[in-house]
Amino acid sequence: MNRFDYVRPSSVSEAVAAGAEPGSAFLAAGTNLLDLMKGGIARPTRLVDVGRIPGLDAIETLPDGGVRIGALVRNADLAYHQEFARRFPMVAEALLSGASAQLRNAATTGGNLLQRTRCPYFYDTASACNKREPGAGCDALAGENRQHAVLGWSEACIATNPSDFAVPLAALDAVVEIEGRGGRREVPLTDFHRLPGDTPQIETVLAPGELIVAVRLSADAAAFAGHARYLKVRERTSYAFAVVSAAAALRIADGRIEAARLALGGVALKPWRAREAEAALAGASPGFESFQEAAALALAEARPSGDNAYKIELARRVIARALTLAAAGTPERLPALPGSPFASGGSLHD
Amino acid sequence: MTDPMPGLTGPRARHGSTLGQPLTRRDGVLKVTGAARYAADNHPPGMLYAVLAVSRVARGRVTFLDVEAARAVPGVVEVMTHANAPRLATDPDEKTNPFAFRLNVLQSDRVRFPNQPIAVVIAETLEAATEGAERLAPRFDEEPARAALDDGEVFTPAVVGAGSPADVAHGEVEAGLGAASHRVEATYDTPAQYHNTMETHAVVAAWDGNRLSLDLPSQALAMTQMRLGQLLGIMPGDIHIRSPFLGGGFGSKAGVSGPQLLGIMAARLLGRPVKLVLSREQAFGPVGHRAPTRQTLRLGADGEGRLTALHHHTRTATSSFDDFYEAASGASHSLYASPAIRTSHDAVRLDTGTPTFMRAPGEAPGSLALECAMDEMAEACGMDPLAFRLANYAEVEPMTGRPFSSKALRECYEQGAARFGWAGRPLAPRQMRDEAGLLVGWGMGTATFPALMFQGQARAVIRADGTGLMETGAHDMGQGAWTALAQVAADGLGLPIDAVEFRAGSSDLPDAGIAGGSAHMATAGMAVHEAAAAAIARLADLATGDERSPLFGAGNAGVVARDGRLVRRDDESRHESYADILARAGVAEIEGRGRAARDPAAGADYAMHAHGAVFAEVKVDPELGQIRATRLVGAFAVGRVINPRLVQSQLYGGMIWGLSFALHEKAVVDRRSGRVMNANLGEYHVPVNADVPPMEAILVEEHDPYVNALGIKGVGEIGITGSAGAIANAVRHATGTRVRSFPIGLADLLA
Ligand SMILES: Cc1cc2nc3c(=O)[nH]c(=O)nc-3n(C[C@H](O)[C@H](O)[C@H](O)COP(=O)(O)OP(=O)(O)OC[C@H]3O[C@@H](n4cnc5c(N)ncnc54)[C@H](O)[C@@H]3O)c2cc1C
Ligand code: SF4
Repeated sequence: MNRFDYVRPSSVSEAVAAGAEPGSAFLAAGTNLLDLMKGGIARPTRLVDVGRIPGLDAIETLPDGGVRIGALVRNADLAYHQEFARRFPMVAEALLSGASAQLRNAATTGGNLLQRTRCPYFYDTASACNKREPGAGCDALAGENRQHAVLGWSEACIATNPSDFAVPLAALDAVVEIEGRGGRREVPLTDFHRLPGDTPQIETVLAPGELIVAVRLSADAAAFAGHARYLKVRERTSYAFAVVSAAAALRIADGRIEAARLALGGVALKPWRAREAEAALAGASPGFESFQEAAALALAEARPSGDNAYKIELARRVIARALTLAAAGTPERLPALPGSPFASGGSLHD
Repeated sequence: MTDPMPGLTGPRARHGSTLGQPLTRRDGVLKVTGAARYAADNHPPGMLYAVLAVSRVARGRVTFLDVEAARAVPGVVEVMTHANAPRLATDPDEKTNPFAFRLNVLQSDRVRFPNQPIAVVIAETLEAATEGAERLAPRFDEEPARAALDDGEVFTPAVVGAGSPADVAHGEVEAGLGAASHRVEATYDTPAQYHNTMETHAVVAAWDGNRLSLDLPSQALAMTQMRLGQLLGIMPGDIHIRSPFLGGGFGSKAGVSGPQLLGIMAARLLGRPVKLVLSREQAFGPVGHRAPTRQTLRLGADGEGRLTALHHHTRTATSSFDDFYEAASGASHSLYASPAIRTSHDAVRLDTGTPTFMRAPGEAPGSLALECAMDEMAEACGMDPLAFRLANYAEVEPMTGRPFSSKALRECYEQGAARFGWAGRPLAPRQMRDEAGLLVGWGMGTATFPALMFQGQARAVIRADGTGLMETGAHDMGQGAWTALAQVAADGLGLPIDAVEFRAGSSDLPDAGIAGGSAHMATAGMAVHEAAAAAIARLADLATGDERSPLFGAGNAGVVARDGRLVRRDDESRHESYADILARAGVAEIEGRGRAARDPAAGADYAMHAHGAVFAEVKVDPELGQIRATRLVGAFAVGRVINPRLVQSQLYGGMIWGLSFALHEKAVVDRRSGRVMNANLGEYHVPVNADVPPMEAILVEEHDPYVNALGIKGVGEIGITGSAGAIANAVRHATGTRVRSFPIGLADLLA
């Protein structure tokens, strides 16, 4: 239990002013924040409920062909927006592979990008966690860490970022529009989340009080729509966080890869863009060899942070498979089990 | 008086007996409309809210609690700690019977497991109590935790499970192994699992002097009443427990739990009604779990694929302060024929809550290991897994030589295999792929569960208007007791089901025994059956002894009860309605009492078990290792089926539980702290809909004249057995990898 004030600003500028007060936290759908408050992990003294600020829930096509997704657009609304899903299929697939229908109906664009890690020691307030309490130590290091990071981690923190949505956004060079007291600024999604270093408590480039107002994808990103897949390997068929996931997108012309986009989820404290792999793929012919090479390059720097070496090999395979699926072409309709290696259900009598 | 189910409406009666009819749940509408009242839905006037504070350490002492700070929270009425908690009439550490588990209810500052209650904050609102509990900021004198099977000193317990000997042998196991042409020795690990009932343990307690009124979900009303009477120093009859519905029990609600007792103590301390409900996380500790096991199986077989020896050894764990031992080796007692069988157990003590019965206790992990080992041996012998099991079919109970009271297992194998399409399964693993290139594997397992029966009672009444009443303190945990027992009552009373008022779920009704051991239908069902028969017999006496009755002289056995009338057997045109019989005799109502218990002679002479065969198909991604069950077919011989719809639901539920056991469920325990790191339903995985394949549960006809007069064997747990092993074996068949540590995960298959 935690006593807190609750304010409901009616405009972005009011929200930004309120959010800058020490101890404030923005509340969107609350599917992550309220859980953290109930568990005593987050203890804001003031909730700034941005959920009803008008104008933040639109999906707009921009004059240059890009799309602008308001911070309050619900995950489900975005995934089921036909035009959006047609142009950015792997973003829709990633969204629908996450959480559950109920959660997706509530969760917002901004909130999804800012959801906190699922490291169990972060949630267990009796454990030492540098992210919760800087300098306290990290109980995951010698603990149950099969799901922890294999890329970009530090001795201070080996957690991963759990968002599915952020992975294709990172691959497609999405841009985050941020509003603060000093006005509006834009940050590429790949620079938005920070690796832990010595300060795992600082998770993004947001300054206190800064509000995500929108996320933008360019027309260039839509050019990958024909060959774009999100693949998510998890410990059950649905309603589980990724062990490893990959967003893979290709532009193929005349049997050659013109350009490739590749990002990984579940392996680091941020969605992991694999630029060396992309560079190697550009100009190559799509196929087993080039995909293997890309996979190897993407994991070149990987090392286990604990009992999780299997994730490195798994990540290579997930990349190779995601690229193979992407090369085969985006399916006409989203699969019944989005992001799953199991495209459809079994039947007893067929 | 007990409240009957409010607003209960039954389905329309059918012609003839209601037994065997697939009636829908009579409480279904109440459940889906939210009108069914569970314990925590009650709010007596003046009620306070109690919230537990629990220990984060596994072992040690509480050295400080900031009681002042908690009391300072507006709305907090009292903080109950070991310093001021009421002492009990019987020490909760006293073992009054083997099923009375020791309870941790603030009688000392000692901490014996993580999530042990260390204080209760009672307040006018839930929010204030929650805040108060947080303000306690406890400090501990902490001792190192013993958290894993390797952390303790190994010993052999006196008894395991519900009182079976730890080590039993028949024949010469070592000689049998020595003489074998094929030997398999393998070790299987199963993790700690938690019951995770949808409804967490709850209590609403109200005292009136020395009388206690409780809303408390219970699988064992009479036993709970008795134990509470001892602990609280009051007469069991002065305790009234209402438990019309349970949101699952699975064994964890068979007695009163420590937290529930704390709620009752808080109500006494304050002289006001108190409600206490566990959070999901708090249910990982003080209300039981299934202990981890490490099972080693040693099998020998001759050149024809017949077992020469079977040794099933289980290492398991109990708490530091009480005894419950997962009797996993028991699964090997009665299933397969072997001239030499030994089942043994040993254990360690860990700093956990005390493990307890959890759906198919012993059998669930034991059957998994046994069925995997049988599969490994079939492979060693180069035999089809089903053919190998048939070659080792036990015609009599192998360790005792007793005949089975009935055993249609061969039919289960036949019907299940035919339905599944088992024939033609390639012997070697990793031979099948689907059109998408996924590896496909088929596996099977034999299901078995003892056909138990406890003692139970019921009371039947036939009223002046010709309707009936049946009372028994039975428990509906969601399995459908409200419906199936009412069917037995209607059948016994010769009335349409709508003409029988059925009362259950309350401690002021006749003791129906416990809802456990898959024995509730047999026990309470037989009590109901006997009570109805007694009432009808008295009614028949009235009629056949009265010259004015058309039934005069027919004799008690010469009439049958049907549709509210007694009818002469030899002349169906002569009959009389219940109402007329009672009216003429000037009797307002007549009563019959029934008692159920296993016939001791039959119980001694026959081995009694339900059986089944489960066939599973899984698909595995060859590179990514992700596993999915894609088909499950079970065929079960479970004696008499009272309601096929409910029985099938029970079997499906069991089969899904088996799937969960094989592929999903595991408490992730931090080796250093002993705390469960996934104590929530987001991360403690059970199957979601997308994991559950198309399923079939075939009901194989089986008539058993010995188990009880109704021929009921019980269906609540058997679906788990066989299923977990079938899935594990299918994974092996799909991939060629034999995983012996459960649950099987994708990392195991990345080779
Ligand atoms: C059981 C469970 C399973 C889940 N499984 C998955 C999964 O498989 N994949 C997956 O990707 N996700 C999963 N999730 C996480 C879910 O996607 C997130 O909880 C959700 O997206 C958060 O959105 P929200 O609007 O509820 O955010 P909130 O909880 O309201 O906020 C989250 C954080 O973002 C901040 N915030 C919110 N909006 C803004 C803004 N506009 N500007 C600045 N800061 C803001 C808040 O202050 C807070 O710190 C799961 C969640 C649960 C509970
Ligand atoms: S890995 Fe990071 S989040 Fe987890 S305990 Fe360590 S510091 Fe905390």
